[in-house]
Amino acid sequence: MKNISSKYYVLLAGLPLAYLAIFYFYPLIKIFTVSFLPDEAWGPGNLKKLVTSGIYLRTLWFTTWQAVVSTVLTLLLALPGAYVFARYQFRGKELLRSFTTVPFVLPTVVVAAAFHSLLGPHGLVNAVLMKFFNLISPPVAVDQTIALILIAHVFYNYTVVVRIVGGYWSRLEPGLTESAKMLGASPAKVFFKVTLPLLSPAIMAASLLVFIFCFSSFGVILILGGPRFATIEVEIYRQAIHLFNLPMAAALSLVQILFTFALMWVYTQLQRSRSMALKPESRAVTQKKIDSGVDRLILATNVGFMILFLGLPMMSLIIQSVATETGVSLGFYRALFENATESVFFVPPADAVFYSLGFSLAALLIALSLGVPAAVFLAGPANRLRSVLDPLFMLPLSTSAVTLGFGFILALDKPPLNLRTSPMLVPLAHTLVAFPFVVRSLLPALRSIPPKLREAAALLGAGPWKVWRTVDLPILGRALVVGAVFAFTISLGEFGATVFVARPQTPTMPLAIYRFLGQPGAVNYGQAMAMSSILMLVSATGFMFIEKFRVTHGGEF
Amino acid sequence: MKKIAWVILLGTAMSAGWLTPGIASADTSEIILMAHDSFSVGKAVVAEFENRHHVRLRFLKAGDTGAMLNQAILSKNNPMADVLFGVDNTFLSRALAADMFIPYRSPHLGDIPDELKLDPSYRLLPVDYGDVCLNYDRKWFAAKGLAPPARLEDLTTPAYSGLTVVENPATSSPGLAFLLATVGHFGRDGYLNFWKELRDGNVQVTASWKKAYWGSFSAASKGDRPIVVSYASSPAAEVHFADKLMEQSPTAAVVQKGTAFRQIEFVGILRGTKKADMARKLVDFMLERTFQEDIPLQMFVFPANKTAVLPAVFVKHARVAEHPVFVSPQDIAAHREEWIEAWTETVLR
Repeated sequence: MKNISSKYYVLLAGLPLAYLAIFYFYPLIKIFTVSFLPDEAWGPGNLKKLVTSGIYLRTLWFTTWQAVVSTVLTLLLALPGAYVFARYQFRGKELLRSFTTVPFVLPTVVVAAAFHSLLGPHGLVNAVLMKFFNLISPPVAVDQTIALILIAHVFYNYTVVVRIVGGYWSRLEPGLTESAKMLGASPAKVFFKVTLPLLSPAIMAASLLVFIFCFSSFGVILILGGPRFATIEVEIYRQAIHLFNLPMAAALSLVQILFTFALMWVYTQLQRSRSMALKPESRAVTQKKIDSGVDRLILATNVGFMILFLGLPMMSLIIQSVATETGVSLGFYRALFENATESVFFVPPADAVFYSLGFSLAALLIALSLGVPAAVFLAGPANRLRSVLDPLFMLPLSTSAVTLGFGFILALDKPPLNLRTSPMLVPLAHTLVAFPFVVRSLLPALRSIPPKLREAAALLGAGPWKVWRTVDLPILGRALVVGAVFAFTISLGEFGATVFVARPQTPTMPLAIYRFLGQPGAVNYGQAMAMSSILMLVSATGFMFIEKFRVTHGGEF
Repeated sequence: MKKIAWVILLGTAMSAGWLTPGIASADTSEIILMAHDSFSVGKAVVAEFENRHHVRLRFLKAGDTGAMLNQAILSKNNPMADVLFGVDNTFLSRALAADMFIPYRSPHLGDIPDELKLDPSYRLLPVDYGDVCLNYDRKWFAAKGLAPPARLEDLTTPAYSGLTVVENPATSSPGLAFLLATVGHFGRDGYLNFWKELRDGNVQVTASWKKAYWGSFSAASKGDRPIVVSYASSPAAEVHFADKLMEQSPTAAVVQKGTAFRQIEFVGILRGTKKADMARKLVDFMLERTFQEDIPLQMFVFPANKTAVLPAVFVKHARVAEHPVFVSPQDIAAHREEWIEAWTETVLR
């Protein structure tokens, strides 16, 4: 029995491995070879600086600590939100969940503008505070500080914790906590001794993703933090694009990749030993209606926080998109459809929406078809192959878009892989960063499936495929939706790699926004804000749509 | 489950639909122009070229200038395009050193002023130019009764403390151009002193032009900086893209002698092209009046061809720097990293 299934398992890993080999490792190896082999154009001579200059060590240190602090803050603020989504039934829940995911797709420049109009020296918050407390100078001065970087990281990653931990939490049977309560444990004790340990696989998965995102943060650092802050990713970009020091950029990429791999290896080892099988419960059992004052308070506090913290910046974007010189109007939206300059690159915004949705759907499908077998494989019994592949599958998440973009140019230049100018490169590249999310969302759920269920099914004569379809799939439903939403979202908002691989006739929404912001004049700015508002609306609709496709058989799941 | 199958089918069909037209062809009736992200051209102009030469003109955009040039260098043995547009004078030496262009003396070079021709080997030909300079908020200075800046030295006087926002030369091309203006104006021994005083005068540094202009410049955002590093043509764009008619731009450019740096953009034929004849026709076309007269309102820079007629909004609101600061492409290539690093040490650390 065990031998047969391990053969299947290895086959499962083949597909995602082949994909990574072609679209990730091959381009990376190409770019590293060119960078490190002495040639008339690129010499490794400048690499000495990496060890002799303190700058790069400082960069690594800053990159790490800001990521740790960002992750802790995100967890603290988002865990209550995850609880609310996991345990309560209330009206507008699906809408609220979709809404919390929107920040994830917003381009950094747009978020910067939103935060500026909210927290800047003349922003809303300062204006209110100054009036209220009769102050002469603006009390909040966060622009270009580490505080704004941390706030933005929480803003972007709030949904990661809510989705992954909330999704897992909603399947935990309340029986254990009920018994603990009955035995006289205080609520705090129940939380720390029972709930938290049970949740730890999901919390770890979410923290890891948030950490990796903040570790390889680019736009937030560059645009919100200002030039005084640099993560490794920012330094790679600077070296490759502006200083023409490709060897240095490649070396830094390698440092980033190795660092992530080591971290991920420790994490996956840890997670494997921690996960435990649970009897998954349906929503009817785990979720309750709001009936006490405490429930109402908890719900109100969290919804209030989400609306203030995530909603206000988004609101200020919408306000800017309708605020013209002549008052409130839809002028900027109308302007989106006019090709004022008769430019050949003008693409009607409806088309950019269409391309974005199409690319995201394609990326979602590829990511799911790679991520599901990968996760099923990884969930199997521990062995050496798994302990290497698990962290390996996560690497694309923290690989600099510049490095990979250059690698594509070198690697994909001959048939049958002559994809350098193909629009298919967009969903292919997006899949690289979306697929680890699918794996991470599925793994905790897969590992929580009691092996007995599978064994029973197998004993009754079900083949491995049938076991998977009748036991695993129904339980995986919700985790699959979480993975799908993330794959879709990442693709919708992706900018760093898209700018390298997108072709001018098939721009995505973030690219269209950048184009408008590239020129002075009030109408261009207004159009960027209008396009951002459309991006928010489209992504929220997209998330609701995906949630509708939740696998529905097998009771709740 | 049926629904899911349907979605998968739809998605696959969509992706397959895109795959086919995207694969690069060796079609002789097609020519590819590689350009940076800010490149733009009118539909009618493209149609004129295509009809005249019975060829399809395709475009490949590859990020900002630095990213585009890097990609072109990496793929020089098997180029992705036939012609490359957008190398500017800060990248010129680097591009020429990679030896990836073939020389071409276009007959239209006679219409282009000599001071724009920086490559004596005729591998890179000038197409347009724009002056990076200070822009200021007219209303702000009028309201304060303060004279707007006229020289770079003004910025370090006490009255101007805390008024200026500049872009980081390590991450922004107007930022680099402005740094070069200070290097040329104050000399290699003096520019760092200027920047030190500017830093002590609370200059704001942003990573990109977008963030400086849309985030900090008081005339274009809720920001509080009335002076920004932008282009001498930006005031014309303010008028052209205003949501109502205006007589005067809300902003003005500082174009006095020794305050601006001229960015010149070049076009070149990639060495690996299999369509050198058509590539030459494309270069000729880009230097001709039709294309040149389309440049101002597409990219908000000035055409290199002096016979090109400028649009009214440019004549009225865009300025040309009187005596821009000159730093040679060779000097820039040799010292770029050193100047940027020294600037970073002085201003940011």
